[in-house]
Amino acid sequence: MTTLPPPGKVKLGLVIDLDTCVGCHACVVACKGWNTENYGAPLSDQDAYGADPSGTFLNRVHSYEVQPEAAPAQIIHFPRSCLHCDNAPCVTVCPTGASYKRAEDGIVLVNESACIGCGLCAWACPYGAREMDAAAKVMKKCTLCVDRIYNDNLPEEDRTPACVRTCPAGARHFGDLGDPDSAINQLVTERGGFDLMPEMGTQPVNKYLPPRLKDKAPEFDVLAPYLTPVTEARGFLGWLDRTLSALPGARD
Amino acid sequence: MHPALSVILFSTLSGLGFGLLFFLGLGLPVVTGWMAFAAFTLAFLLAVGGLLASTFHLGHPERALRAFSQWRTSWLSREACASVAALLTMAAYGAGLVFAATRIVPLGLIGAALSICTVLTTSMIYAQLKTVPRWHHWSTPALFLSISLAGGALVAGQNQITLILFVVAAACQSWWWSDGDRRFARAGHTMATATGLGQIGAVRSFAPPHTGSNYLMREMIHQIGRKHALRLRAVALTLGYAVPILILLAPQHWALTTLATLSHVAGILASRWIFFAEAEHVVGLYYGKRG
Repeated sequence: MTTLPPPGKVKLGLVIDLDTCVGCHACVVACKGWNTENYGAPLSDQDAYGADPSGTFLNRVHSYEVQPEAAPAQIIHFPRSCLHCDNAPCVTVCPTGASYKRAEDGIVLVNESACIGCGLCAWACPYGAREMDAAAKVMKKCTLCVDRIYNDNLPEEDRTPACVRTCPAGARHFGDLGDPDSAINQLVTERGGFDLMPEMGTQPVNKYLPPRLKDKAPEFDVLAPYLTPVTEARGFLGWLDRTLSALPGARD
Repeated sequence: MHPALSVILFSTLSGLGFGLLFFLGLGLPVVTGWMAFAAFTLAFLLAVGGLLASTFHLGHPERALRAFSQWRTSWLSREACASVAALLTMAAYGAGLVFAATRIVPLGLIGAALSICTVLTTSMIYAQLKTVPRWHHWSTPALFLSISLAGGALVAGQNQITLILFVVAAACQSWWWSDGDRRFARAGHTMATATGLGQIGAVRSFAPPHTGSNYLMREMIHQIGRKHALRLRAVALTLGYAVPILILLAPQHWALTTLATLSHVAGILASRWIFFAEAEHVVGLYYGKRG
């Protein structure tokens, strides 16, 4: 059913810390690995070793240069994947009911056996979160690793999305954003987590944490007072200074 | 957006076919026997041919029946339902005219309404998309409807109405282009809102996430042919509107009407091509490919 369910209590999602992300693309690789070998059609590649390689990925990492008005430019790495929106436009446009949002945890999924591959959901998504697989001809998107997070066959520490599990910087967090007391929600409140393109009205569940403010390098003058005693040195240092200054080639 | 040939053919031909069915349903003109057979065959070839063409861009056309199920929310599903309802109603109405020389007026009126509804649903598939500001506007349905009605009236031989409808469609088209050029900026989507990094400073794409192409770039960040957009607009205006209007001003002759129709279809094909090729999807912002 492509009618959106009423807002649920549980809203599973990701929080991505743009301050911490180092842009290593490990999440991209882990995501591709898990989602190629497990639920649904594999994420295919075309011409993988040729001149024009291309493939399906559910997660992409951009790098942006941000130039503040009066400070050095910053490089910010920016992972982009499905935000599991509360008001998901990709769901309501689907003509077959293949695209749906789960009432119990808010995950947006595609029923691949009902997908006709029309591509309209990818058009409706502002975030480029959906990619049509060129081999399977069905729409692929982030499943929030629904086949990991509830999987009793995995050790408990592995029951998180592959991207979160693998992130070496700890820049990705998984949890229930519908619970105001959850650790992940407190993180969002503390750090001022924000929505992407809020003007679209999609009400994303996933949040991004902004890069922390940079401190300023101290001015060089502050060291000057500590340097001045050298010229007025007494004792051994004073003798050394006078002796060296008297030698030919000395600057004063 | 990627201008897929199947979708361009579909929306042009089906638009014309349903426009013709609209006038046939209204009894403009009332035709019976062989004339009715010819008129309805042409209309069905255009409408059904277009619909068939549209299935070519589906990844899994064998599952197309499922597309009738989600009419509550999906304009694409509504289009599927409306088109089949219109075709079935008009087939029954046409059968009465062809085989029994009987005009069932209510059936024709319902069929006409369903035919124009089909064109409306087609246009809403595009107009609903907030992600493509150029399309997300009430004037997109107005454009599709005016073109469909003008083309339908032309083929139906309704010369007086045709002239008015063509002038209206040409005006609609011109305004849709000039206003459309400003809609992306007006919508206010920028790299700053897309990344949320705008409060720090000016955002620029430093490194793309992948060195090759991908589905998003091929489908939604299509840029080929934009440099010809102005010339194509001139071609579309000339062939699609000006030539038919000039021909309509001349004394009526079936050969001239055929020529006007062919010219109109060629012009609308060009117009539809730039409808897609010029449309800018907001996902381009993430790749630094907008504005």
